Amino acid sequence: MRMRKRLVWTASGVALAGSAVARASGWNMPVGVTDLSQDIYGLHMTIFWICVVIGIVVFGAFFFSLFRYRRSRGAKPSRFHEHTTTEVLWTLVPLLILVVMAVPATATLKAMYDTSEADMEVMITGQQWRWRYEYRGEDVSFTSNLATPREQIDGQSAKGEHYLREVDEPLVLPVDRKVRLLMTSDDVIHSWWVPELGVKQDTMPGFVNENWVRINEPGTYRGQCAELCGRDHAFMPIVVEAVTPERFASWLDERRSAAAEAAMGLDREWGMDELMERGQEVYATSCASCHQPDGSGSPPAFPALAGNQALMDDRERHVETVVNGVAGSSMAAFRNILNPVDIAAVITYERNAWGSETGERVQPSAIAERLAD
Amino acid sequence: MASHLPPKSTTQHEQPASAGMAAEPHAPPRGLKRWLLTTNHKEIGTLYLLLSLTMFFVGGLFAMVVRAELFQPGLQLIEPEFFNQMTTMHGLIMIFGAVMPAFVGLANWMVPLQVGAPDMALPRLNNFSFWLLPVAFTLLLSTFLMPGGAPNFGWTSYAPLSTTYAPPSTTFFILSLHLAGISSILGAINIIATILNLRAPGMRLMDMSLFVWTWLITAFLLIAVMPVLAGVITMMLMDINFGTSFFNAAGGGDPVMFQHLFWFFGHPEVYIMILPAFGIVSVIIPTFARKPLFGYASMVYATASIALLSFLVWAHHMFTVGLPLVAELFFMYSTMLIAVPTGVKVFNWVTTLFRGSITFEPPMLFALAFVVLFTIGGFSGLMLAIAPADFQYHDTYFVVAHFHYVLVPGAVFAIMAGVYYWLPKWTGHYPHPQLSRWHFWLSVIGANLTFFPMHFAGLAGMPRRIPDYALQFADFNMVTSLGAFLFGASQLLFVVVVVMCVRGGQQAPAKAWDGGVDLEWTVPSPAPLHTFETPPDFRPPQH
Amino acid sequence: MSGGSYYVPVSSKWPVLASLALGAMMVGLGTLLVFGGAGLPVMVAGLLTVLAVMTLWFRDVIHESRSGLYDEQMDRSFRWGMGWFIFSEVMFFAAFFGTLFYVRTFALPWLDGEGAKGVAALLWPDFTASWPLLEPPGEAVSGPHATLSPWQLPLVNTLILVGSSITLTVAHEALKEGRRDTAWHWLAGTVLLGLCFIGIQGVEYYEAYRHYGLTLQAGIYGGTFFLMTGFHGLHVIIGTLILIAILARVMRGHFTRDDHFAFEAAAWYWHFVDVVWIGLFAFVYVF
Repeated sequence: MRMRKRLVWTASGVALAGSAVARASGWNMPVGVTDLSQDIYGLHMTIFWICVVIGIVVFGAFFFSLFRYRRSRGAKPSRFHEHTTTEVLWTLVPLLILVVMAVPATATLKAMYDTSEADMEVMITGQQWRWRYEYRGEDVSFTSNLATPREQIDGQSAKGEHYLREVDEPLVLPVDRKVRLLMTSDDVIHSWWVPELGVKQDTMPGFVNENWVRINEPGTYRGQCAELCGRDHAFMPIVVEAVTPERFASWLDERRSAAAEAAMGLDREWGMDELMERGQEVYATSCASCHQPDGSGSPPAFPALAGNQALMDDRERHVETVVNGVAGSSMAAFRNILNPVDIAAVITYERNAWGSETGERVQPSAIAERLAD
Repeated sequence: MASHLPPKSTTQHEQPASAGMAAEPHAPPRGLKRWLLTTNHKEIGTLYLLLSLTMFFVGGLFAMVVRAELFQPGLQLIEPEFFNQMTTMHGLIMIFGAVMPAFVGLANWMVPLQVGAPDMALPRLNNFSFWLLPVAFTLLLSTFLMPGGAPNFGWTSYAPLSTTYAPPSTTFFILSLHLAGISSILGAINIIATILNLRAPGMRLMDMSLFVWTWLITAFLLIAVMPVLAGVITMMLMDINFGTSFFNAAGGGDPVMFQHLFWFFGHPEVYIMILPAFGIVSVIIPTFARKPLFGYASMVYATASIALLSFLVWAHHMFTVGLPLVAELFFMYSTMLIAVPTGVKVFNWVTTLFRGSITFEPPMLFALAFVVLFTIGGFSGLMLAIAPADFQYHDTYFVVAHFHYVLVPGAVFAIMAGVYYWLPKWTGHYPHPQLSRWHFWLSVIGANLTFFPMHFAGLAGMPRRIPDYALQFADFNMVTSLGAFLFGASQLLFVVVVVMCVRGGQQAPAKAWDGGVDLEWTVPSPAPLHTFETPPDFRPPQH
Repeated sequence: MSGGSYYVPVSSKWPVLASLALGAMMVGLGTLLVFGGAGLPVMVAGLLTVLAVMTLWFRDVIHESRSGLYDEQMDRSFRWGMGWFIFSEVMFFAAFFGTLFYVRTFALPWLDGEGAKGVAALLWPDFTASWPLLEPPGEAVSGPHATLSPWQLPLVNTLILVGSSITLTVAHEALKEGRRDTAWHWLAGTVLLGLCFIGIQGVEYYEAYRHYGLTLQAGIYGGTFFLMTGFHGLHVIIGTLILIAILARVMRGHFTRDDHFAFEAAAWYWHFVDVVWIGLFAFVYVF
């Protein structure tokens, strides 16, 4: 009896030590910062330890038999080949364990599906290869792109701490608020995954999926697209900044005025230099991943822009393609992604970079008019 | 006519099977034509096994490229576009080109020998089934040369990445898969007809070896689900080429519908790749434990239950696509149920060992490793069945670890166990004992070094199918890559062992393993080209 | 159970030729679809070779059968083979019926805002689900402007196909009673009915494209309509070809009263095609 007690204590001690190592070292699923992510972690560890115990019993019997009944040890084979009671037992006991396991799993799953009574809603749209966030009813929306410089990926400079898990604009969410996440996609299937929030949900083109999150601790939480979505699947990270509700409110205000400012200048004539300068920045974040920094593209999926005479001769098509995209291809409709100033600037840039010098300027006001139609 | 020849002597045989043809009244063609035109189940079995081995190395080469790129973070060797082609083709080639043909090859060789049949039921159809495969895989591999490259959307081909956004070669990929599918269906029909119709007089279904039983059930699965795959890829073909909207919401279709149809095929497909492995292991373990298989009947029922359940669990591959809650619960429960019959199988194998008289020849080593490592894959499978937790596991390296555990130390080890087990019957020689042990231990170490760290990488948050990754996954990936190179290199040793065994080695008697009980051990080693032209005298073993 | 007389052919060149021809056909088809016209002659050549090789292959089988090389056990192998082949065909059509069911029960209502995934309607505010679907959710896809009435040509075709199953059964009964002339008359009638069905289906397709705007591109209704009736039609064509071959054999006196499995296999196939049509008539046209 005492022996057994000691065994139990030792086993749980090892188990605790094991899970402590796992928690600290990044070898295990993160516990996360929402109630649900913690429930999931609990389920994960429960089923894991159930497997360990079954494993010890089964592999114990297995290696014992291998050792004890070796022919080299003089074992004579027995002839038994059936035992109904045992067979019924080892069918029913696992069944029982599964039923016990299914109860908490069902409860957690139900909670994960309960998106009712949310305090706010964010629409998340996957695009090849960036995320677009829209705070519904707040008039704030933006896209979030990979911020890791190309040189780090190509090995020309040292990789930073958050290599491939850093973005130009993170999704900012308030803590202690239930946020309903609506998800969809503009092109192929993506999957929005932040392990510490316990949320992974595919974004289906043409359909909307729901999930929700209530973050308990302020902090920065990182994840990335989890569903193969084409060439740059590895390069569409997610960063969530969880802040206090007060800071969130002021951030929303700042974001609104910043967006207004960025879109300013529709009423004036822009000069070549300022369009080129802004266009180069926009090109780097929104276009270069497909059409390449030098405009060479990677045909046939991503046509070259540099030296593309047909495109340079047809300005109307160029504008149309950028504004409305190309149906059935990876070319997105940038009217939903960029403001008119950025669109005008990037088209101007594309028509004057890499030796194409058409000398043409596309004015933000012209784009704005086009979008208004 | 060959069928009217008197049966060959069963006590002596002067010619190795590799040279294979005794003088016959109507001498079959020689050289290349012999292999092109053959209707003999043993020759066709050999062809299947050779094709499978070739594809194993082709698919393996792709895996090596993937692992080389993932050796450290950053993009070093290949572009992401090509990386995606590598992962996709690795999956397709290994599943349709390596594992499935290997099992069909073993079935071709061994099912007629184990049921006491003169050949497969429909020998010409058998040859057709085989020769479709080289055509199919030539077509599939030729997509690398097409503009835009080979398929790059993962072997699961989720629409619309595989339709609207796919490279032009996708149409050829679909057509090649149609050819492979026709081959599988016709092959399965042949196997079913052989088992149901050509058993030796007196052999009841419940007298058959477990290998035959599992193949009977596998063949049923193949006939049931390969047509569904044909249907869904045809719909892909139409979305790509004829402007239909099956997987496009704008026209009233649904991309999730692709996944439902695909996994209705895909999950039984998983069992198509593992049930014959169960059969092989269930034959080998009793042989080397020198004790009848424990729970023969429950093994049969467990296999049948797994097969039937496999039609009801498909959406557990789709827990994160946004299924309604009722569907999530249903598929979670049904998936968990699979653990019960699978558990029964593992318990039966362990109990077969209990109080046996065990020796550790190469086939037994592989079979034992199968039991342990497949069970580890089964455990991670049970974890994946818990839907809430699957939201964290899904599409990560944890899943990659899971299915590679059941497919590599699972299916592939079982195939190798089968090859080592039956090589003496095929060639008349035992495989080289030391070299095959080296092959075994290097494979075990390599496979575990490759696939075990994947569990940690996945739990720590590394998605699958990415060519570059965040720094916290670097150590796991380096170990995995080293393991993969070791595993890949050790398979060259396998080729050496097989070639040596064909060319010579210690002579094997008709009953090459003293514990073997099935009918194949009653014909000489190497098995003559034609066996059981007169049905054998069958006495039921004790089951 | 094996009685020791099971026939195992020595070798044959047809299977490998058939697979090469089928491969050529696929290469041709793929080239035609992806790169254009150059694939067409390859595809046609492949198809003709497949048909030629199958004819020669079956000629061998017929010859062996008539030389008495096949025993009862071989007959059972053929029966199992044909039975499981038809089962695989059933599963092929099951995938399409599953598609139709899924779209109508789940996808369309969800896109319209009903059911567990109704939130999808956020993306398609103007969409209303209906079946037949005349107005697909996206503006880029235009649906058919009208649908075919089931009570005109489709009803005629239903009667024709059901009728052809009956005439085929009459022919089979006649064959079993040894009345060869009656058998071939009724079988010829069956073939004629099959040809009528194909012709009427062709007229219907023409009407659909010409007057109803019902095309492959017309959203999910057009897609499922042509997918299901198209593959069914293809099977009717194959079935008719098989029946024509069997007709030729009946006329040559290949079959005896109790040994005519080729006839029965063709009949099984034809009845299967008939049953699929009844499913199509119900779920594609009527409901």
